[in-house]
Amino acid sequence: MTDATSANVPASAPAPHKSSLLTQTALMKKRNAAESRFKAYGIAAITLSLSVLAIMLWTIFSDGVSAFKQATFSFPVTLDAEKLDPKGNRERDEMMRVTTIGYTNLLNQQLVAYLADRGISTEGVSDKDIAAFISRDTPARLRDMVLANPDILGQTIQFEGFATGRIDGYLKGRVTRDTAERDTNISVAQLDLADRMISEGILSASFNWSFLTAPDASDQRPEAAGLGVALIGSAYMMFLVVIMVLPLGVAASIYLEEFAPKNRWTDLIEVNISNLAAVPSIVYGILGLAIFINFAKFPQSSPLVGALVLTLMTLPTIIIATRAAIRAVPPSIRDAALGVGASKMQTVFHHVLPLAAPGILTGTILGLASALGETAPLLLIGMVAFVANYPAGPLDGGMLDPATALPVQVYSWASRSDPAFIERSAGAIIVLLAFLVVMNIVAILLRRKFERRW
Amino acid sequence: MPILLLIIVLGVLAIAGFILGRRRALASVEGNTRRLHSLPNYYAWHGAIMAFLPAMAVLTLWLIAQPLIIERQLSDFFPAEQFENDSQRILLMADVRRVAEGLDVAVAAGALSDDDAANISADGTIRDRLATVGVALGADVTAQVLEASQAYRKLAATGAFWRSILALIIAVAGLFYALRITNGDFRARNRVEAVILGVLVLASTIAILTTVGIVLSMLSETIRFASMYPFKDFLFGLTWQPSFQGNSELGLLPLLWGTLYISLVAMIVAVPTGLFTAIYLAEYASPRVRSIVKPLIEVIAGIPTVVFGLFALVTVGPFLRDWFAVPTGLGSSGSSVMTAGLVIGVLNIPFISSLADDIINAVPQSLRDGSYGLGATKSETVRQVILPAALPGIVGAILLAASRAIGETMIVTMGAGAAAKLDLNPFEAMTTITVKIVSQLTGDTEFNSPETLVAFALGMTLFVITLGLNIFALWVVRKYREQYE
Repeated sequence: MTDATSANVPASAPAPHKSSLLTQTALMKKRNAAESRFKAYGIAAITLSLSVLAIMLWTIFSDGVSAFKQATFSFPVTLDAEKLDPKGNRERDEMMRVTTIGYTNLLNQQLVAYLADRGISTEGVSDKDIAAFISRDTPARLRDMVLANPDILGQTIQFEGFATGRIDGYLKGRVTRDTAERDTNISVAQLDLADRMISEGILSASFNWSFLTAPDASDQRPEAAGLGVALIGSAYMMFLVVIMVLPLGVAASIYLEEFAPKNRWTDLIEVNISNLAAVPSIVYGILGLAIFINFAKFPQSSPLVGALVLTLMTLPTIIIATRAAIRAVPPSIRDAALGVGASKMQTVFHHVLPLAAPGILTGTILGLASALGETAPLLLIGMVAFVANYPAGPLDGGMLDPATALPVQVYSWASRSDPAFIERSAGAIIVLLAFLVVMNIVAILLRRKFERRW
Repeated sequence: MPILLLIIVLGVLAIAGFILGRRRALASVEGNTRRLHSLPNYYAWHGAIMAFLPAMAVLTLWLIAQPLIIERQLSDFFPAEQFENDSQRILLMADVRRVAEGLDVAVAAGALSDDDAANISADGTIRDRLATVGVALGADVTAQVLEASQAYRKLAATGAFWRSILALIIAVAGLFYALRITNGDFRARNRVEAVILGVLVLASTIAILTTVGIVLSMLSETIRFASMYPFKDFLFGLTWQPSFQGNSELGLLPLLWGTLYISLVAMIVAVPTGLFTAIYLAEYASPRVRSIVKPLIEVIAGIPTVVFGLFALVTVGPFLRDWFAVPTGLGSSGSSVMTAGLVIGVLNIPFISSLADDIINAVPQSLRDGSYGLGATKSETVRQVILPAALPGIVGAILLAASRAIGETMIVTMGAGAAAKLDLNPFEAMTTITVKIVSQLTGDTEFNSPETLVAFALGMTLFVITLGLNIFALWVVRKYREQYE
């Protein structure tokens, strides 16, 4: 029957569709093109995000690496006893009368004289312009040195001091002859002189330890600014955050995961925790300002307040991570402990918690890493203030002294006008990222070493 | 007795409780631990807890209550008609406290003797003398303030004395109580565990307390703001022009517009990129590629936002200005909606991609197999089967990312500018709610002018918006989630 009908097909009907799996039809070509386009979009998206990441890290590193180097003078300085200790009795109080201006003049004269001595031509550069080579920080350091050790008065010492930010920038390639022509703070003749001083070995770039140890410096002295106070502040805060957030987070997680009855109150806590994890960090800053500073009268800018704010902020993330770690411990462990007569509390503290510890630790380290990089809430509690003094030791109430933090220092340097501070800011980011990388690697290693499949 | 010393003494008492409790329990059963109800250490812990906790609790309460009570007592020094409003009184009280603490510091540092401090006169010298020991006073001290601060010191000293006595009595009493009831039948474990459970419950309520603290602190200041500045003008005002001489115009709308505009740009960048990244990683990438690329993408999420801020300020801003804004004549500023938006977008890519990745992976394999069986290509499967199945989760992820973009602070502070404008040009500098919170609250500010209090109202607005988005996101996910079982 079917044969008969097929035989009756009129000749005018279209020829039977002849297709082969080996040749593509137009539709199939279109679909395959869409397929490869789709795949290309995915690759493009990944390339885009990774290349932005690479560009960002590259620009920051290339800007920031030079912060670890510093143009330094080294020339013999005769410490004229008559000028620095007019009364000649080597009394510290009397010598304090000579301000940094006296030391500045001394250094300036000696540098000019030394250049003349060595026969280095200072053509086109006035004495005042030569004096402008020396950082304003340098005389203060010489003064501290003399006051600490008055015996060196009258001697000639090989003194090392910082050059100003512009000269420093010239050695690092940030300042060039082109920019110097447009800059009122530096002239091309000064740069020529700098070249001659470099070839004579008076001026050189060396590794800058003081970038890591010195406190912040004012707007005019970018070359003297360092991360010392910020590092101490961040260290204090991280220490306080750990000792507050870890017990609190673990206790809350144990309760919610092991003891809490299923009721409205528990639900409320759970909803709260997940919402708090998504509250913008600046809101915690407002909370800290209102509660800890305005209400409880804790001192502004202190690591203690910063740590309290960061603790509240990281607590939800740590609770979430800790609960996941506790949940991953199989019920058979609990059943076994309960079966041999342990109380519920003993089961949790003797068996569940030790098994969950690596997971808890990993989560805590990651939470700390995010707290270490957090900036916005710290701005509100005053940690952005200019702090030039180191906080006291942890046992002498240093947690209440004003301090800054690493990420805040990045921000406050970035908002200053001198481009030398941008370099410092990028340098501070390198330090910050180094800490974060170490913390993350530790977390990954912990996870690898202790990860357990039940 | 200083508080630290008091706490150390309490700690010593606790250790005594630990040792004595254990010894007493063992003695009561002649050393045969099997006759004890609990393990010996529970008796020890019970002794320590009873010696330490009640005393500590009383001490804490006292520390909170004492300043409030003293301030009430001191209000006699200042007639009520002296102040025009409440904030003046608060400021004066702060002065009193600072002078009193300064005198105490001076005595502790040895710059003043006890008698000197008690008889110091209210001439101009107090400020200088306190400055030598590192206490900076804002203004000269009036006789009234000095008198009040002497009274403050006296009350505080009496308070500190009774505080120590009370805490020690309670600690010793607790210790004796613990020892008295300790014997072989006493159920020490049950009581210790009850205390531990109490501590656990307290820890878990911190989350609630934080929320309550956030809401209360912002609400109370917002109400104070509303009493100084018409709230309707705040919500619907079209200009933002704070001036600390008064007559500020504090309209929310320009800030809200800047916030939403920047977030929109960010989402236009982040959503497609994040989604395609997630799709590629979940459906196309080989396990090896995935194991390399996924952590790399997540590195972006681990970088502090201030780093992105510097990137926006130093690299992206000038680049956009020199290559797009200036040639097209749209603007001449490095900080702009585009700068901040693009950088926030990049920051949000890993957030969207990792959430979407999880959601796509949760779509069961059988759906894919069914689609392939009908002859669909991979991309058709993704578009017509997987994405619709994963849609609620993806919408939730996008909403969460939007809430993060709205609350982002550092990138906009460094990359968006500070001018509050209602403008459509994306290369124009605009500002956001978070930027203004930072700028109104940083520096030394007194919390009694609408210009600073507005920051709390802005914070409240931000909190409400982000909370609303989060709750809506969770609701979407829950309501439209497909159940595959």
